[in-house]
Amino acid sequence: MTAIVPQLEARNIVKIFGTLKANDDVSLTVMPGEIHAFLGENGAGKSTLVKMIYGALQPTSGQFIWDGKDITVRNPAEARKLGIGMVFQHFSLFEALTVAENIALAIDGAFDLAALAKRIRQVSADYGLPVDPDAVVGDLSVGERQRIEILRCLLQNPKLLIMDEPTSVLTPQEADQLFVVLKRLASEGCAVLYISHRLEEVKGLCSAATILRHGKVVASVDPRTETAASLARLMVGAEVHSVKHTDTTQRGRERLILKNLSHVGDGAFSVSLKNISLSIAAGEVVAIAGVAGNGQGELFDALSGEEILKDPAMLVADGVPIGWRGINARRKAGMAFVAEERLGHGAVPNLALSTNMVLTRHADDTEISKRGLVNNAKAILAKERIVKNYDVRKGKADPEARALSGGNLQKFVMGRELDRNPGILIVNQPTWGVDAGATAAIRQALVDLSRAGSAVLIISQDLDEIFEVADRIAVISRGQLSEAKPASTLTREAIGLLMAGAHEEASHAA
Amino acid sequence: MEIFLTLLTIVMTAATPLLLAALGETVTERSGVLNLGVEGMMIMGAVGGFGGAYLSGNPWVGVFFSIVGGMFMALLFGILTLQLLANQVATGLALTLLGLGLSALLGESFVGQPGVKLPTVSGIDPLIPFSIIMVGVVSWLLFRSKAGLIIRAVGNSHASAHALGYNVIAVRFCCVLFGGAMSGLAGGYLSLVYTPQWVENMSAGKGWIALALVVFASWLPLRVLAGAYLFGTISILSFVFQAMSLGIPSQLLSSLPYIGTILALVVISGNKALTRRNTPASLGQPFVPDR
Amino acid sequence: MRLEKRAERSVKMAIASPFIALALTVVSAALIFAMRGDNPFYALYVYFIEPLTALWTVEQVLVKAAPLVLIGAGLAVAYRANVWNIGAEGQLTAGAICAGAIPILFPTWQSPLTLLSMLVMGIVGGMAWGAIPAYLRNRFHANEILTSLMLVYVVQLFLDWLVRGPWRDPQGFNFPKSITFSDWQLLPYLTSGIHAGVIISLLVALALGFVMTRTLKGFEITVTGHSLRAARFSGFSEKHTVMFCMLLSGGLAGLAGAIEISSVVGQLQPQISPGYGFAAIIVAFLGRLNPIGAIFAGLLLALSYIGGEAVQTALQIPDKITRVIQGILLFYVLACDTLILYRFTSGAKA
Repeated sequence: MTAIVPQLEARNIVKIFGTLKANDDVSLTVMPGEIHAFLGENGAGKSTLVKMIYGALQPTSGQFIWDGKDITVRNPAEARKLGIGMVFQHFSLFEALTVAENIALAIDGAFDLAALAKRIRQVSADYGLPVDPDAVVGDLSVGERQRIEILRCLLQNPKLLIMDEPTSVLTPQEADQLFVVLKRLASEGCAVLYISHRLEEVKGLCSAATILRHGKVVASVDPRTETAASLARLMVGAEVHSVKHTDTTQRGRERLILKNLSHVGDGAFSVSLKNISLSIAAGEVVAIAGVAGNGQGELFDALSGEEILKDPAMLVADGVPIGWRGINARRKAGMAFVAEERLGHGAVPNLALSTNMVLTRHADDTEISKRGLVNNAKAILAKERIVKNYDVRKGKADPEARALSGGNLQKFVMGRELDRNPGILIVNQPTWGVDAGATAAIRQALVDLSRAGSAVLIISQDLDEIFEVADRIAVISRGQLSEAKPASTLTREAIGLLMAGAHEEASHAA
Repeated sequence: MEIFLTLLTIVMTAATPLLLAALGETVTERSGVLNLGVEGMMIMGAVGGFGGAYLSGNPWVGVFFSIVGGMFMALLFGILTLQLLANQVATGLALTLLGLGLSALLGESFVGQPGVKLPTVSGIDPLIPFSIIMVGVVSWLLFRSKAGLIIRAVGNSHASAHALGYNVIAVRFCCVLFGGAMSGLAGGYLSLVYTPQWVENMSAGKGWIALALVVFASWLPLRVLAGAYLFGTISILSFVFQAMSLGIPSQLLSSLPYIGTILALVVISGNKALTRRNTPASLGQPFVPDR
Repeated sequence: MRLEKRAERSVKMAIASPFIALALTVVSAALIFAMRGDNPFYALYVYFIEPLTALWTVEQVLVKAAPLVLIGAGLAVAYRANVWNIGAEGQLTAGAICAGAIPILFPTWQSPLTLLSMLVMGIVGGMAWGAIPAYLRNRFHANEILTSLMLVYVVQLFLDWLVRGPWRDPQGFNFPKSITFSDWQLLPYLTSGIHAGVIISLLVALALGFVMTRTLKGFEITVTGHSLRAARFSGFSEKHTVMFCMLLSGGLAGLAGAIEISSVVGQLQPQISPGYGFAAIIVAFLGRLNPIGAIFAGLLLALSYIGGEAVQTALQIPDKITRVIQGILLFYVLACDTLILYRFTSGAKA
């Protein structure tokens, strides 16, 4: 019996950025035809390693071995030539260009868009990944965009396909379709390096797993013989805290009511909201699930008052119709908002934390701002309070927002709103890109706030998160919201169907 | 008929510098770089062109040095914005202020000297057909070639282009230099054809009008051509009216191109659908390769 | 060598960068003088030092600095909000026209209010001319850089028409000039060389410094410039901020125009400023887009004008050198600002 040569071997890879060791002696072996999971928390160094494999970064020391031979991948073009394909988490697509143009940019050889379009049609039919080569990417859904990324790799007959968190943007059903494609590729001999932190899907899909923590490999295991809990322990390095719930048996008074809320988006790619109705009572957490790009951002803007509604009665807070009021009037009415994008929306990257305090507090916090003046000293004190109460870790006393890690900045923008003790809190993607410790703290804070009598609405793409904190769940799809149902009565499959639009009004009846 | 032909020649002569500069800037902006220093590159091209022709006696030497003048300024712009990551708007303004000053200093001894004119065939100088050919070349480059696809890709999303392994800075530098060469040539046209002499500040805002033309044309070379000839027509209207001596103040006529530019910007920019489709998404954004 | 983004802006570099830029400019100026065959040390002395050794030239520097500081401080605020008003020269002209209308149309109106109303008219004129690009940006998304600049040419041609046509001094031997203004239409002088405009500009810059650091309006402008999205989250309207910044910077440029014609110029003529509106762009950047910084930057730019005149008289160097040195200075300022957000690291590409 001849030994099979590994498709890719990474030996003792070290990557240093300034003072940070992003990868510390990382070794990993991927066999042909193997779907190999690469697990780790945000910031563990997974992306750094795959960027080095793809030639986008160079290792400080260590060696890559490809098909038994030592290699140096100087740039992505070389990686593609070797047969390494990569599907990025934040897609590397060009919205203004067509599908065929996007693919042509990643393919060497003669420049013939017509011939390429033909090949795209062929391969997409072959693998069951339907796309139109002439469509402009900006008009396509997230799922379709991912297909383009995958097709872009497939057209180069890859020997290794790197997938960076591919299912975070898909419905459970779409994810299942993706797994079929990946398994077929593996059966054809292609190796897949699969980056994820979704442990259940890794258990079902992968036959090997390498786990990274703080830049170091902590274990190489067979995920099929592990439990999700044991994998999580390896990833986080400690017992994962689960959120403590006291189930509410009685709903309090309705604090926030959305009544037939409709809003027409004005951007070319924005989603219009159609007849959204929902009510959230004191003491409960309601979650809105959905695939990215189905109107979550637009709904958040409509609720926060960044977009003013057509009819004041579309949004009622504590009995007051406030659809016509702007964001600061809504804040004065006891509402608080945490935006999805921390840098550039919820906080200004290049301004100090204390200055960022003023951002959401100047309207209703007379300590910080009165009669058109800003009290910088009081803003610093308030910042200190939040840093202490919500365990925000930072280097300097008053750093710029961008200097904080994702988790710490999220704790800060969350704390900034919780500190006001809001009657109604609306949070978009509460723990997106946040490490496990901060995630647990944030989720607990959301539940605690609701149990103290506030109404909490979260908009999230993360089903694990939703099942962990929500009392009731609704699903948004193409700007329409399903009826909110108690979390205990819903399954992942049911939510997946709703994500795909099972509740939508038939716009053109057959 | 003859007067019509004469008028047409005048229109073409007025339109050509705008066309050359705007074509260059179209390529620059398609790659995602906003170079507001067209005026500065143009005036350096004008002084380079005049000086080269005057000192050598050969207008083609002038053409060469007009290109050199524009590219020199573009090089400064590229180093500052692409390598030192300076603010593109501010650097563009700096380019204009420096170009106006430097050209005045360099051209000190040229004032009042007779210029050397490019040869013409029945009123048509060689740069007129060249500029029209360049419309086709730039169109082909941007929309039919792999190089153009890369330029548009870099201008649409430099992060994605970088992730795919393209050298964003190098692509942009080439486009900035091309823009500089074209703007310099446009300046040379002013001092070698339009008014073959050296006058301080002789570009008189034409670089800014060329910038507006790029927006007006929504970054499409064929529309740049149409826009340049439209503006050429507006700017010679003042001569026509003056010749007709209707008693309209000459200052009002001279301000027509500027007012026309504002109106054109208003009409086009107000049309969201038209601008959104073609505006390079990363226009003016500095690119820093991440780790 | 390559650039690496700093985790935070460097406070040390923020203070040092204008000085580094100035030093590099002085070196470049010396090179230019040397290339022309002049003694660079003597030329530098004449350009940068000598004007500060005599009282009357110091007064001249202060008088020249007044419009530069006034306009530069306003532009600094506008640029902070990413409102790129580069038409201050036009707003200055519009202000001068409106202010000049009072002595020209009512030459005999003599009252303590005459001068005051001239200054107010100057502000109004500059604001009106600045409001046009703001309105066009808010309503039609028209780029304010281009529109504000185009309006410079338009209003300068309008002034040209006025002083050659309806407002020409009938006793002026056909020169394109208006009547010369009388005493009560001119700013009072504090000393023989310094007029009240110097004090006005200083107070305005200090007031704007307070606005930017201590008030909600300043916060709004800062946040809008950093991130439109965050500004909206904070409840600020981009359109209001754009209009405010254009009115403020336009109004101050207009005030500068009124001050110029009621002091140094004393009448309307085709050219009332040697490009103060454009030089003030340099003032704003050299002053780190800080109104207080604009005071020092304005003084330096004023010195460069006076120094340019000095080298012309003393060394027969054309005064065009002034604009070259100003342009080089702005280039170095922009290049050195890189060091605030980035640092050079040696070694291979990461």
